[in-house]
Amino acid sequence: MKAIFKRELRAYFHSPLGYVIIAVAYFFTNYYYFSYNLYGNTTDFTTLYSMMFSVVLFLVPVLTMRLMSEEKRAKTDQLLLTAPVSRTAIVLGKYCSAVVVYLVAISATLLDAVITSFVAIVDWPSVLGNFLGIFLLGLALIAICLFLSSITESQVIAAVMGFAVSLFLVLIDAISYVVSSAFWQTFFAYLSFNTRYEPFTLGIVDLPSAVFFVSVAALFIAFSVVTLERRRWS
Amino acid sequence: MIQVTNLVKRYGEKEALKGISFSVDPGEIVGLLGLNSAGKSTTMNILTGYISSTSGTVSIDGHDIVKDPTACKRVIGYMPEQFSFYPDMRVSEYLNFVCDLKGFPPDPEKRKKHLDGICSRVGISKMTGRMIRNLSKGYRQRVGFAQALVGNPKVLILDEPTVGLDPSQIIEIRQLIKDSGKSSTVIVSSHILSEIQAICSRVIVIHEGRIIADGAPDRLMQDIQTNHRLAIRVQGAQKEIEAVLSNLPKVRSVKALPQRELGTQDFLVEGKIGSDIRADVFYALAKANLPLLHTYGGELSLEDVFLHLTGDKQNAREEAR
Repeated sequence: MKAIFKRELRAYFHSPLGYVIIAVAYFFTNYYYFSYNLYGNTTDFTTLYSMMFSVVLFLVPVLTMRLMSEEKRAKTDQLLLTAPVSRTAIVLGKYCSAVVVYLVAISATLLDAVITSFVAIVDWPSVLGNFLGIFLLGLALIAICLFLSSITESQVIAAVMGFAVSLFLVLIDAISYVVSSAFWQTFFAYLSFNTRYEPFTLGIVDLPSAVFFVSVAALFIAFSVVTLERRRWS
Repeated sequence: MIQVTNLVKRYGEKEALKGISFSVDPGEIVGLLGLNSAGKSTTMNILTGYISSTSGTVSIDGHDIVKDPTACKRVIGYMPEQFSFYPDMRVSEYLNFVCDLKGFPPDPEKRKKHLDGICSRVGISKMTGRMIRNLSKGYRQRVGFAQALVGNPKVLILDEPTVGLDPSQIIEIRQLIKDSGKSSTVIVSSHILSEIQAICSRVIVIHEGRIIADGAPDRLMQDIQTNHRLAIRVQGAQKEIEAVLSNLPKVRSVKALPQRELGTQDFLVEGKIGSDIRADVFYALAKANLPLLHTYGGELSLEDVFLHLTGDKQNAREEAR
């Protein structure tokens, strides 16, 4: 797993991809920081994190699109699948590398909070709660998009599917408002990433939501392993 | 070292392997010979654990490839037919990555020594700092070969290692394979008969998912180069020659070949299985005052081998009736 993690991390930073993702994240973070915090003259980072929710939904599919699909297309997966490494280690290695890049990308929000703390009082529990929320959201989204990348040979298709799923996870809230059945309302509200993310923006470490995001991540990592294993038997 | 038992692989309706069984002893260099789509790559992919068989078992160094794939893969060095590389990696980075994957050797100094040895063996010592994507096809193949050698594997599986190489590169790669056979058990696939002859101590011929021959290459060639089939050039009229040859009791068929020389006619004369028709043909033509100018067989092609092996089974069945 360590070998694959190292290689993938290296691949992010030996191509423009890693830098572009981090640059875009930093650009939007600082844009919102300027618009809401500096211009609005406030130390409340909740709005910034709420806006970053949408940015993350579009960044993660780009971050993960090549992870599995490119190996399949270029047939470099032959080396991995014939090496003494388990399928789980392959998936986890790739997943962890994407998580590290994601962490670097969202760290801009913490950096802005640190800078602000030199000139004003920052509500750190709220900032850290928000950061934890966006981190957990990323864990789940990366796992979902990694799985989508594992079922296609095309990076573009993987990215488009990732965007579609991300949008669906946002729109799922709207669906819960239009359905009349109480059961479906509860069901869609339960699945809503937005609803799950909200407690963190208030600085609350909501354990059920945290477990939800981690469970989604674990489930889709398992799906990716199964997809890889299935190819062996197809 | 390798034990393959009744291997079957189905892709939907198509049966790529139809119950292949063979074993390979330590130190053997075995060639898998077959036409395209014969089942060579499928067999190798199953041996390496890349894909699984529909039924049957593969045991490598005492480990079952399905039950204990990691233990099997630990003793295997594999060079796929199309060596795919990461375009963003240099040769040394790639080989270090393979070392990391195989977990061998963890000590940096030992690793450097190990990789230097491999690079020197395959002749890429001066290329280690180059991006793999910028290397020629021949050097890429060598890098592919080098990665298979990482960890001193007990078993080397090489899928068509000389495809796309120029003649001098082919000779070098063949020599590398032969040298590797001194320390590893080697399975190499090819659809070039002369290549298998040059490298292997044993050849397994696969045709349409079945093993149709298994033995030493020279023995196989000897079996095929029987004297019951002759290509000849005779001076005279076609009908007259045909009549003389057809009357010989041991001759099964006489087939006229395209004319290559004015006033002569070429024929493919086929005798019964196991019969030597050379003397009979010579005396019959001499008696009929038809000068035998030339007999030829030429190099046997893979097609000849398959025609012989598949045709002989057909003939044997017909003659048994």
